[in-house]
Amino acid sequence: MTRISFGRIFNTQTIALVSVLLLNWILFPGFFKIEWQDGRLFGSLIDVLNRGAPVAILAIGMTAVIATKGVDLSVGAVMAMSGAVAATLVVAGYSGPVAVGGALAVGLACGLWNGVLVAMLDIQPIIATLVLMVAGRGIAQLITEGSIVTFSDPTLIFIGTGSFLGMPMPVVIAFALMVLVTLVVRKTAIGLFIEAVGVNRSAATLAGIRSRLLLLTVYSVSGICAAIAGIIVAGDIRGADANNAGLWLELDAILAAVIGGTSLLGGRFSIPMSVIGALIIQAMNTGILVSGYPPEFNLVVKAGIITVILMIQSPLAGQVLGFFGRKKSGASR
Amino acid sequence: MNRSMRPLLATVAIFLVAYAAAVFQFPGLLSTRVLGNFLTDNAFLGITAVGMTFVIISGGIDLSVGAVIGFTGVLVAVLISSFGLHPLVAFAIALAVAALFGAAMGLAIHYLEVPAFIVTLAGMFLARGGASVITQDSVPINHEFYSTISSLYFRLPGGGRLSFVGLLMIAVFVFGAVVAHRTRFGSYVYALGGNTTSASLMGVPVARTTVQIYMLSSMLACLAGIVFSLYTSAGYPLAAVGVELDAIGAVVIGGTLLTGGYGFVFGTFVGVMLLGLVQTYIIFDGTLSSWWTKIVIGILLFLFIVLQRLVFAASARGDRSSETA
Amino acid sequence: MAETAFRMEARGVSKIFGTHRALDKVDFGLLAGEVHALLGENGAGKSTLIKILTGAYQPDGGEVLVDGEPVHLDSPLHAQSFGIGTVYQEVNLLPNRSVAENLFLGHQPTRFGLVDRKRMNRDARVLLKRYGLEIDPSSELGSHSVAVQQIVAIARAVQLSGKVLILDEPTASLDRDEVQRLFEVVASLKRDGLAIVFITHFLDQVFALADRVTILRNGKLVDTRRLSELTRTDLVRKMLGKDIAFSGSTSLEAQRPVTDVLLEFKGYGRKRSVRPFTLTIHKGEVIGVAGLLGSGRTEMARVMFGIDPSDEGSVALNGKPISIRAATDAIAHGFGFCPEDRKADGIFGDLSVRENIVIALQGKLGWFRALNRDEQLDLAGQFGESMDIRAASLDMPVKLLSGGNQQKVILARWLATDPAFLILDEPTRGIDVGAHAEIVRTINRLRDDGMALVVISSEIDEVVAYSSRVVVMRDREMVAELRGEDISPAVIVQAIATHGEPTPEETAA
Repeated sequence: MTRISFGRIFNTQTIALVSVLLLNWILFPGFFKIEWQDGRLFGSLIDVLNRGAPVAILAIGMTAVIATKGVDLSVGAVMAMSGAVAATLVVAGYSGPVAVGGALAVGLACGLWNGVLVAMLDIQPIIATLVLMVAGRGIAQLITEGSIVTFSDPTLIFIGTGSFLGMPMPVVIAFALMVLVTLVVRKTAIGLFIEAVGVNRSAATLAGIRSRLLLLTVYSVSGICAAIAGIIVAGDIRGADANNAGLWLELDAILAAVIGGTSLLGGRFSIPMSVIGALIIQAMNTGILVSGYPPEFNLVVKAGIITVILMIQSPLAGQVLGFFGRKKSGASR
Repeated sequence: MNRSMRPLLATVAIFLVAYAAAVFQFPGLLSTRVLGNFLTDNAFLGITAVGMTFVIISGGIDLSVGAVIGFTGVLVAVLISSFGLHPLVAFAIALAVAALFGAAMGLAIHYLEVPAFIVTLAGMFLARGGASVITQDSVPINHEFYSTISSLYFRLPGGGRLSFVGLLMIAVFVFGAVVAHRTRFGSYVYALGGNTTSASLMGVPVARTTVQIYMLSSMLACLAGIVFSLYTSAGYPLAAVGVELDAIGAVVIGGTLLTGGYGFVFGTFVGVMLLGLVQTYIIFDGTLSSWWTKIVIGILLFLFIVLQRLVFAASARGDRSSETA
Repeated sequence: MAETAFRMEARGVSKIFGTHRALDKVDFGLLAGEVHALLGENGAGKSTLIKILTGAYQPDGGEVLVDGEPVHLDSPLHAQSFGIGTVYQEVNLLPNRSVAENLFLGHQPTRFGLVDRKRMNRDARVLLKRYGLEIDPSSELGSHSVAVQQIVAIARAVQLSGKVLILDEPTASLDRDEVQRLFEVVASLKRDGLAIVFITHFLDQVFALADRVTILRNGKLVDTRRLSELTRTDLVRKMLGKDIAFSGSTSLEAQRPVTDVLLEFKGYGRKRSVRPFTLTIHKGEVIGVAGLLGSGRTEMARVMFGIDPSDEGSVALNGKPISIRAATDAIAHGFGFCPEDRKADGIFGDLSVRENIVIALQGKLGWFRALNRDEQLDLAGQFGESMDIRAASLDMPVKLLSGGNQQKVILARWLATDPAFLILDEPTRGIDVGAHAEIVRTINRLRDDGMALVVISSEIDEVVAYSSRVVVMRDREMVAELRGEDISPAVIVQAIATHGEPTPEETAA
């Protein structure tokens, strides 16, 4: 995964992203215009990146989880909790970095909780993470006492709205996180082990992979990613909204990973592709907005995308395609 | 004793203890008025949860029900207000649409061999998006039929009211219980949740049953949407967001195994009532806030998942040892 | 063979999967009122034949006849309508439902469109009584023992079909009393005129119950005989090899230089899995493990490798006691294990050949000392070449390789970890001739290089060819340790077949 060839750049996902962007450009000719103002970049394209950053960050953790044949439904609720903790801490007089640390700790704790349920108690991931999906938002509301906790802490606001080298902070964070996690996963053996556990957990255990520890780690990373996204969203609106922060974003993150080519049945994964998946989703959102359709129209398009992907990935399609392709195989059984 | 009864008994016991404790603190809770409101306020959730019970017993999940409720409300409101149809005609159309919708999901789950989770997620996006495409706003329903139905009730001894929708929910539960426990279709649903391979070897029509299960769930969600529109006299595309989670919660707390194969429609009823009790208690208390509902549901969910894990652990281990044989 | 009208008959049936002939022109005739045992090791074609008789597979050649009429069986349900019922080893019923519902599912008595539970339970009670079961029909099936579940499955099959009953290893997980009970049921069904096919790998049970026996090997019919014409040794010989020439042993033991002890298992065992065994393994020796399916041979390997940790006894490596609680412990001590079920426990189908080869070494190195791509390619290339793995590319998914090449990949995976001790469970089953030879060659090479190996195999000739010692497993127990002159097909067959009084199981499964 160290060598990036042109073949890897020109694939279905990037072509889809470029097509959606071009479609936006047709609908809205000023789409690709980027301006430099007050030391930072502005424009629709930058906006797509900026708005897409939280889902992209969630998708980074979600991709690893899905690759192990799991799913993490709790990330939206964890976002709400981490935002609530960060906001409450700064309002209570703690410094920005402490608040960020507190929020990340919450994310880690949530990830560990999910990981223990999945890896140690062997509860199905979808069920295990459902608990926190339901209770987490309640806990977030408990922390904020139901109101939107506003703050003016410069650190948090910088994370949500600041810029670095002209790029919005969320984009910088998402990009840095993508590079970091991709490097960690691919430069160590973790990526291979994640895929091995996702493809065949029994064989992985027999081959000497500590699959429980691995699952625990993967869910923890997903929790931390959710916490980071939660801080960004809170910083963006200068307040923690426990009701709406991260609402339904777990579904977008799953969708991003699936668009990025990770199968829900585990196995092969690519974090950059999932990030591109998140950008495709955001580009569609933006496109629908600029063309004047109601934002909810997006949902219909998403449903269409899921349906198409499912049909392509399904064994039925495999059989139909396989019929035209190679006719042998099916030896063992 | 049948071990699948244990989670159900736990639910009933928890409900009774919780209710007794609540009554001890607020004697006003023990009245037919409160009980009547219980039924009315939770009618749409209860009806949805009946469908969800079938889905979960069969080993699946249906995330689309909340969106179907929202869609139904909008569709019915538009058919009545903009097209001037009689509500009963509108209801029939809505139910037919929901039946098709559920059948499509069931077909996709069976023939594309994809997890129900992701298919019904697409269904959720489609129904929610579809509702918003029809209208962005809340569409009021002003029809005398609505006001008539909404004001129908039986007076209960003690001043309580058993409303039409409350009664409808009870009827749906009775219907659900009969279908689940006394029909061949019901036994097929349990068979699918128990072991799909065995079921198909024993002659269960797997494809047909799967389609029927999701049709049932969507149609009951549609009925819940109708009830919800009676309740609010309006259709709103973002109505009942997140109801799927409440419904799943009620089903699991009611003693149904989330991995399928075991469960009771009556348990779901107790589960819905328990959720209603938590909400009513919070309202009575006044100092507690609504978010405690979610936290309590989450805790109950966790407890029941762990309880089921313990009750059914023995059989799971048995399965494993046979794998290695 | 006398021209008796067969109740059910297969004439020259063949079944081909890809290039593999799973069943090659096999004839099989079943009489009314007989128990007909079907014998053969794994891969012999038993289950393929059964699946053809029950309609789960359609034959590629030959025909199936019921009462003399050719029939085309589309599915098990369709076969049921011809009176053919099947009971599988893993009870294919619904443990989550009541006994009565399992008996009548799909045929429940109804009243006004609703299931008449009272009548269903009453009918079930009457039916079960005929099988000597006095249980509550409304109780959950899963709450009963496997034996009771088997009888319920038989009752359902007989109830719905009634002419032919196929019992596919029904006794695999039963204890002696339960087997006895099952036998009484089968005997009484036989008296009622049912034609019964009985598949088992317990020879005692064949002799106790069957009237005739058909033996398959490598997809071909070996023989069909009346059981009274055969001895146990005849039977084992027919199952395991060609008519074994009673050649002398290769006596590798004599040639083998005395080497150091590598591993000592003392009283090592696990409840419900394998009885305590004591085994000393030297460097540079191959220990062959012989025994029929279900004899505890695989369980022994799993206990040695820590997948199912032992609960008694001790193990020492190079004289120092070690503890093996999990596969990772075993690997850390230089063990390797090629499992019997390649697909379920061995290969990572979607991962590349390269990744499949390096994964165990990488697992040993841990998370952070990653082999880079070039190192992986080197390793995979090196071990792939030494094992002669035929893959178009090391980056192609391993699932696209043939079974033999997949087996070589798994072997290469362990060789890459430079193990001191390797356990191979049925390394040559179901693979082509070329790969077979390559694997046998590798076993010999590794032994000569000083590695210690335990090789489980049902190919007796093969075991004889490469083993310096042979242990024989029977009834989950190590019953013999053969060396020198004793390593010959005849002695091994004798040891497997010896009619020992089966030891009572410690616990009912």
